[in-house]
Amino acid sequence: MIFVLLETANQRLTEPSLETLTAARDLALKLGDATEALLIGSGVRALAPTLKGLQSVSVVEDTRLTGYVPEAFAKIAAEAIQKKRPNTVLAPGTEVGNDWLARVAVRLDLGLAAGCTGFSVENGALKSVTRTNWGGSLLEEIEILSNPKLLTLQPHAVSAQPLTGGEPTVETVTVTLDERDFRVRMKELVRKEKKGLSLTEAKVVVGGGRGLGNAEAFKLLEELAGLLNNAAVGATRVATSNNWRPHSDQIGQTGTQIAPDLYIAVGISGAIQHMVGCKNSKKILAVNKDSEAPIFQRADYGVIGDLHQILPALIAEIKKLKGA
Amino acid sequence: MKVLVCIKRVPDTGGGFRLTPDSKRVDTTNLGFAISPHEECAVEEAIRIIEKHGGSSTVLTLGPTAAQEQLREALAKGVSSAILLETEDYESWDAGAVAQAIAETVRSMGFDLLLFGNESADACNYQVGLRVAHLLDLPCVSGIKALEIQERRAIAKRDSPEGWEVYELSLPAVFTVKEGINVPRHPSLRGIMSAKKIPIEQKKPIRRDPQMARELLKKPQEGRQLEILGQGVEAVAKVATKLRELGAI
Ligand SMILES: Cc1cc2nc3c(=O)[nH]c(=O)nc-3n(C[C@H](O)[C@H](O)[C@H](O)COP(=O)(O)OP(=O)(O)OC[C@H]3O[C@@H](n4cnc5c(N)ncnc54)[C@H](O)[C@@H]3O)c2cc1C
Ligand SMILES: Nc1ncnc2c1ncn2[C@@H]1O[C@H](COP(=O)(O)O)[C@@H](O)[C@H]1O
Repeated sequence: MIFVLLETANQRLTEPSLETLTAARDLALKLGDATEALLIGSGVRALAPTLKGLQSVSVVEDTRLTGYVPEAFAKIAAEAIQKKRPNTVLAPGTEVGNDWLARVAVRLDLGLAAGCTGFSVENGALKSVTRTNWGGSLLEEIEILSNPKLLTLQPHAVSAQPLTGGEPTVETVTVTLDERDFRVRMKELVRKEKKGLSLTEAKVVVGGGRGLGNAEAFKLLEELAGLLNNAAVGATRVATSNNWRPHSDQIGQTGTQIAPDLYIAVGISGAIQHMVGCKNSKKILAVNKDSEAPIFQRADYGVIGDLHQILPALIAEIKKLKGA
Repeated sequence: MKVLVCIKRVPDTGGGFRLTPDSKRVDTTNLGFAISPHEECAVEEAIRIIEKHGGSSTVLTLGPTAAQEQLREALAKGVSSAILLETEDYESWDAGAVAQAIAETVRSMGFDLLLFGNESADACNYQVGLRVAHLLDLPCVSGIKALEIQERRAIAKRDSPEGWEVYELSLPAVFTVKEGINVPRHPSLRGIMSAKKIPIEQKKPIRRDPQMARELLKKPQEGRQLEILGQGVEAVAKVATKLRELGAI
């Protein structure tokens, strides 16, 4: 049996949870196996019957379990796994899912493959998985030697399909939780003031790197972004670690992953850890004075030259076009 | 206050990866090595906490003899002492094995605060810190981007799309940190000199039976066709036309 740990938000399944169900069903089909799931929270019971095609859904309803409560969730999942004896356990590879399954893995002393993107089935059994390394700039094929096999699914690795089939049986699970299971728990949520378009919402992102030379030069990028539709400014790690821009502007492996229609990379060499954060852009336009820069192997459009000359000229040209 | 920071030596790959002929690992010939970014921030956080509250910090890595380079870098920035769990084939250790070796080493050392990266740069397992916490029966919050110590309590914040999630744990506790929590300092020349005199404690860790076995590494497909729009300011008219074509203007 394949057992899926589901993440919810406001009594709904998250997109990564739906993706994980799709991957689990797909794998179950290849293995000729059944799929079951675990739902934990407050007010999540109504979701269970909607999980069509699953054999059974275990539900833990508890008002204390609103939101993600790490140790309680890990205890419940570990107990369910011990009872149900699945051969594979799958969770979404989100912050919650990775945290949750890591805690389960150490409790049950099992291996865990985080960030999986594919499965290799041989002779009716899961032989190995493909998972992300280096934030997705490399892939690793790996065999999980312990049983059951624990995996988290990289978000966007599969697209969520509607669930079809019969309604699952719903099992209500009761668990005893003590104080210790609540020693890690969110105390409050401090909402942030929203200023401007975020990097993940923007349709156009203008990114700047070491080639800008200083914080001041980013004004050029701000000005360019201001002239473009739904545009925001991003940066490389060199720019953030020099304090030219805040870390929240950083694009890449240890920054934000963006997927705009257009990414304009200015004075950026195209290091693999930066590109992994913008590789899902529909188009990439690079401006760099070095025609040998790696960015030109990873861009759709290139302009070779000094950004300090090109950007002001481009800004003037766009103003002219817009004025006309 | 006693703070532990766990770091990993990783190649600084820059423009792209080359794999060894057997595709088992990254070919590191001619590459430099670094402390990965999340962990660099964990080191900085440890130094700041000790500067503010007093006490000592220790940096630990499980890695090859050459990883002394990364330990020295942390010492040069201001960490007080270093431990090397020395093993040449550290890349074949799975997260469970690394966590067990770390937990066994530090179990009786009385740390108040244990800091890890949220995930290692190369393996991206997202789990060593969480595993160590459980093995030592300590509470842990992963992926934090702010940390404040008050008396025997730690207030940590996670950055989520909805806002700042605030957690409060009593010490001892474990946190895994993300880049952005601070901007790490560069070591000073004096720091580099005095770090040379600090002895590194070396131990041979015992590897438990593996639970994971890598078969190979491969590169994901990249496929973009480059069109050069021009050189210098002469290109701007063409760039503007292209921006319009793409709906950006
Ligand atoms: C584990 C790990 C994680 C990392 N995570 C990230 C991450 O999340 N995000 C990230 O960005 N980096 C990350 N890095 C760092 C990354 O490897 C690179 O060091 C960084 O992206 C380089 O930034 P850059 O392109 O601004 O600088 P450089 O590599 O120095 O490139 C500057 C470019 O600007 C060009 N240039 C200079 N002057 C001009 C001019 N006047 N006009 C036009 N072009 C000019 C140069 O030709 C050069 O190509 C990470 C590294 C590691 C090891
Ligand atoms: N070999 C190692 N030596 C010391 N610390 C490590 C090692 N591997 C991982 N870590 C720590 O554990 C964190 C998470 O690693 P991982 O679970 O591999 O993603 C890293 O950011 C480091 O802080």
